[in-house]
Amino acid sequence: MHRVSHFFKDLHKNLPILLMVLPGAIGFILFSYLPMGGTLLSFKQYRYNGEGFISSFLSSDWVGLRNFKFLFGTNDAYIITRNTLLYNAAFIILGTFAAIAMAILLSEIVNKRLSKLYQTGMFLPHFMSYVIVGFFVYSFLNMDKGLLNSILERFDLQTVSWYTTPKYWPYILTLTNLWKTIGYSSVVYLAAITGFDRSLYEAAMIDGASKWRQIRNITLPLLKPLIIIMTLLAVGRIFYADFGLFYNIPRDSGALYPVTNVIDTYVYRGLKTTGEMGMTAAAGLYQSIVGFILVVTSNYVVRRIDKDSSLF
Amino acid sequence: MAANIKKSRDIHSLSPFMNIVFNVIAAMFSLVCVFPFAFVVILSFTDEKSLAQHGYRLIPEKWSTYAYEYMFQNGAQLLQSYGVTITVTVVGTLLSVMIIALYAYGISRSSFKYRGFFSFLALFTMLFNGGLVPTFIVVTQVLHLKDTIWALILPMMMNAFNIMIMRTFFKSLPDGIIESAKIDGATEFQIFRKVVLPLSLPGLATIGLFCTLAYWNDWFNALLYIDNPNLVPLQSMLMRIESSMSFILQNSNTSGLGSLAASLPQETSRMAMVVLATGPIVLAYPFFQRFFIQGLTVGSLKE
Repeated sequence: MHRVSHFFKDLHKNLPILLMVLPGAIGFILFSYLPMGGTLLSFKQYRYNGEGFISSFLSSDWVGLRNFKFLFGTNDAYIITRNTLLYNAAFIILGTFAAIAMAILLSEIVNKRLSKLYQTGMFLPHFMSYVIVGFFVYSFLNMDKGLLNSILERFDLQTVSWYTTPKYWPYILTLTNLWKTIGYSSVVYLAAITGFDRSLYEAAMIDGASKWRQIRNITLPLLKPLIIIMTLLAVGRIFYADFGLFYNIPRDSGALYPVTNVIDTYVYRGLKTTGEMGMTAAAGLYQSIVGFILVVTSNYVVRRIDKDSSLF
Repeated sequence: MAANIKKSRDIHSLSPFMNIVFNVIAAMFSLVCVFPFAFVVILSFTDEKSLAQHGYRLIPEKWSTYAYEYMFQNGAQLLQSYGVTITVTVVGTLLSVMIIALYAYGISRSSFKYRGFFSFLALFTMLFNGGLVPTFIVVTQVLHLKDTIWALILPMMMNAFNIMIMRTFFKSLPDGIIESAKIDGATEFQIFRKVVLPLSLPGLATIGLFCTLAYWNDWFNALLYIDNPNLVPLQSMLMRIESSMSFILQNSNTSGLGSLAASLPQETSRMAMVVLATGPIVLAYPFFQRFFIQGLTVGSLKE
């Protein structure tokens, strides 16, 4: 009894702030937590009974792990997992190198105004959606009018039907991703570099260290914690592909699925076309669970290195 | 003195040769980033016939503004989509910033007893999500938002990342101001509105920009939830452009003029639409780029 009255007293005291967080909490419950409950769908043989979703959900049979067995019994599970992991690994490795190199370059350019101007240019792709970028890429790769094929023609080379030839797409997608992200991520590194203590560099210069040695022995070691943290956070998200990149850039071309299908596009197509709700939900849950383990693990490692940079 | 300045300049900077090399590399990449957009602008100003004959050219044989004239005369869908995008962006950003600020303020207050619980409620959504299928079902069949404008606004409203940025911001405000307002007899809402919010404008501007950009560029929710052509936002309209082009063609055919259809600027209007959809962002972004960089660096996420 005493406990209950205590609870209501607390509630009353915190009421104004509870009311403040309430709209947001409702938002999270409706759009994040209800769907989490919906993952139970992947353990059901979903059948629509004509009386709305909830009733259909309840009347469908539990099938345990059958949807998962079915998913991993196909070749699809292997291909989408491989594609997701390999692409993301390439993006992380190449993207990190390029962004650091560009940040160092920008920080060393003597004329700071020019350096700012270059930065502004590099930042532009970050503000474009993948729908727009899809049009950009199309203006280069379009079969009969695209810029690339007209250049090939001018040099009397065989033109390529880009949107039906899978072998080029790992490169096209990687380049597109780098193009879109380098400007943004180099700014993160650049902000760190500009914050470094200048006296370290002055001391090195008095000792006669060349610019290269300064970069190697001062800038890079000082950047190391940031590089490790950014990389680990990216590794934590390696199981999630950028849907826009893999859906809009290849223009949803079926001929390219073997090299462009990732977990996210697979789930989307399953939802929109096959109607295999149970198995599609299973693929989604597979992604969420592995993704969860990776985020928590990488965050744990980040926390060990630098408490302030971890997500939690 | 002059020699001194020159000397210290030499010490701090690259050799002139390397400086040129660095400039060239950075300038080239910067150009590569801007080039596709410039190319699409050129294409949109190309004469349709010369484009059909010679393909996409950097310097067209013949320039033309016909694609734009055509879009402005017949682009009812374009205007409609502009309206949808602007509505969604304005309403979504206002709603999102308001609710996120309230939530973040709540969990930033150390006197709030349930702050641990509500922090976790937000944080956990960054770690685990139900995935596409359950989300789709909840939005369409439980909340019945399909083909409503709310399907474009509500699913993107809550964002744990922005909450963390705002919470860090609120925590950096001195505790004393809240305490002294309390002593003056202000209620929690008055403190938030009259004391905390005016001090938090830079933080609000940062997450406001993140929200604006996310709403303006969103096409995914429209792809999932919108079939009604009156509710299709710009980005999504561009995705459906093949069919919307044939839609325009069909409508002009009703006048019975077959030759009109032949003069329709298909390729160039497509590019003109891309330019019109991105124009506002490209023109505005050099001004708000600074806030983005601030948000990147200030928003270090930690209690």
